Amino acid sequence: MSEHAHTIHRDDFGDKLGMWLFLVTEIVLFGGLFIAYSAMRSHYPVEFHHGGAELNATLGVTNTVVLLTSSLTMVLSLAALQQADMAKAKAFLLTTIGLGGVFLVIKTFEWSAKFHHGLYPGSAHMGTLPPGEQVFFGLYFTMTGLHGVHVIAGMSVLGWMYTLLGKGKISTDRFVTLENGGLYWHLVDVIWIFLLPLFYLAA
Amino acid sequence: MSTTEHAPAPSYLEDAGGKTGLAAWLTTTDHKRIGLLYLYAMGLFFLIGMTIGLVMRLVQLTTFQHLVSAQTYNAMFTVHGVIMIFLFVIPGLPAVFGNFLLPIFVGAKDVAFPRLNLASWYFFIAGAIIAVTSLFTGHGAPDTGWSFYAPFSVKTGTNVTLAVFAAFVLGFSSMLTGINFITTIHRMRAPGMGWFRMPLFCWAAYATSWIQILATPIVAITLVLVMLERLFGIGVFDPTKGGDPVLYQHMFWIYSHPAVYIMILPAMGAISEILPTFAKRPIFGYRGIAFSSLSIAGVGSLVWAHHMFTSGMSEFAQLVFSLLTMLVAIPSAIKVFNWVSTLYKGSISFEPPLLFAMSFIFLFCIGGLTGVMQGALAINIHVHDTYFIVGHFHYVMFGGTGFAFFAALLYWFPKMTGKMYNKAAIYAGWVPMFVGFNMLYFTMLVLGMMGMPRRYYLHLPQYHLGHQIATVGSWFLALGIVIIIVTLVRAALKGAKAPANPWGGVTLEWQIPSPPPLENFEEIPLIEHGPYHFPQRSEA
Repeated sequence: MSEHAHTIHRDDFGDKLGMWLFLVTEIVLFGGLFIAYSAMRSHYPVEFHHGGAELNATLGVTNTVVLLTSSLTMVLSLAALQQADMAKAKAFLLTTIGLGGVFLVIKTFEWSAKFHHGLYPGSAHMGTLPPGEQVFFGLYFTMTGLHGVHVIAGMSVLGWMYTLLGKGKISTDRFVTLENGGLYWHLVDVIWIFLLPLFYLAA
Repeated sequence: MSTTEHAPAPSYLEDAGGKTGLAAWLTTTDHKRIGLLYLYAMGLFFLIGMTIGLVMRLVQLTTFQHLVSAQTYNAMFTVHGVIMIFLFVIPGLPAVFGNFLLPIFVGAKDVAFPRLNLASWYFFIAGAIIAVTSLFTGHGAPDTGWSFYAPFSVKTGTNVTLAVFAAFVLGFSSMLTGINFITTIHRMRAPGMGWFRMPLFCWAAYATSWIQILATPIVAITLVLVMLERLFGIGVFDPTKGGDPVLYQHMFWIYSHPAVYIMILPAMGAISEILPTFAKRPIFGYRGIAFSSLSIAGVGSLVWAHHMFTSGMSEFAQLVFSLLTMLVAIPSAIKVFNWVSTLYKGSISFEPPLLFAMSFIFLFCIGGLTGVMQGALAINIHVHDTYFIVGHFHYVMFGGTGFAFFAALLYWFPKMTGKMYNKAAIYAGWVPMFVGFNMLYFTMLVLGMMGMPRRYYLHLPQYHLGHQIATVGSWFLALGIVIIIVTLVRAALKGAKAPANPWGGVTLEWQIPSPPPLENFEEIPLIEHGPYHFPQRSEA
């Protein structure tokens, strides 16, 4: 009995359904923050305007382009895999991870500039700002920070997929795992697309 | 459907797919073993929570007032709530009986993602360990109440950060289980098992899983915000920085009200399984019960602000939330009427699971109707934050979910362990349990109407008699629970062997041996009729 205990039961559609359900939980997780943002912004429209003016829209837009490009390379990697071009699939996957890294580097520059100007929760300078702006920066760091954590998580997932590609556990006729990893990466991208106008273009 | 023609496969308790000893349990991906792992862990937490409750009741007998300090009392009602809600009632029936039975109900060999299922259990245990750690480290156990209301929760010096992190980790366990169950129900049903041939427990588990997926992330992020507030002072809930504590209450209850349906829906599902078996007739109004589960989940997600009628919101919002709250009574009543109609003209065999199921209906009606009372705005103001609330939710959560948990445990115990318990001892335990329960919590309803506020360390003399009755009731209740648990543990260790189908049930779990083999079914069954297909008595 035991040799076919828990026989590998393969259901690609089921795997994708599970991934989509997980993405729903991620969307609701950020949804909670979007609720907080909407409530606070309706309390403090002027302060949010001033807060947005402090952010570097150029860096924000650059990062948007970086992430959108990484979503493209993600799809190209999957397409290459489906056409059995393993070298290309791996190269595009590495590019995706690399672009995630570029995003994080730009983010780090941006955050350190804010820290340099004393714009972080709990700083002395922050205490002198009007209450609504303090909440703006509180939300800014929370939401972009949580998004950053998701970028790191996404890069780790894709890195793991890279090793699976190497081992042949992801292959031309078994690509659902890479597809799911890609779905997660696109979600990270999509959330950023909402964060950009809410913070950087709020001014 | 005969499963004993040739040599029967070893049961899941003997056959762990080649693994032995403790590792066979701790690395198992068998849904049945994972169900038992949850049962053991939850049994332990339930007893701890119950003990804390007993001590709190002792404090309210004035002669024992110096048993604990006021600060300890605050910590105790917080910890009692956190343990009972996050470690027992929310995961309760889905994690134990959902895991054990859902795949069998739909005719599958396991859930859709067995390894993820084990991961859920580890998240649960990790959350529990963090919760326990928060009691003994930092600057004292959290003293906020289980709802962690801001701004107190972001200001208090006690160990709230770790406690909310525990709830965050437990939320992961809950969400992953929900994802697993929904995928299982969509993808793993046996050939011929259409949606309306599923046992009603599956519908309840399905509705519950959707709430777990759609509501849990909100409380997760809310708790993260509390942690960030405490660690970095981001200001979202802090009025001195422009934040809004009422926003915390909204975000907390957007999850935590639907969470009470996570607690009660699987209980209702279990009751819907038990009643047809002991009435020996199909459930009355199958579709009504199935859809009422979905509508409770749907409407129940839109009523959260009825916890906040005194927190400040527009009159219009109050009216809307009051109306929606009362609407929940409709699908709930549909279930109750259908259950009672199932018993009507049934060929009833009175056994312990049915006794507990009927106790559930009685106690749930009291809990449900007091809930409708609180939905009314005027009454709500009067009883807000009084013992009436405490009595109400113990009627629903304990009289409802708790009694249903016992009913389910007694019903499926022979299937899970392959042993039968001493029924007389169960009846002997039920009497003090039921009597003590009503002495304890009905008295609380009365005390609340008289104006006794909840969470108070001291009480005025006019409430003294009520507190004494309630405390004595808590002893009876605990006695009954101990008798039942001891009986079940004895039965598991050295009970008589149970037959495959001791109650004459007709759902799939009764068609396989007790305890079931590792892969549940020798071959995946073909389903040709609905779940409660009893042979006609005239043919029998």
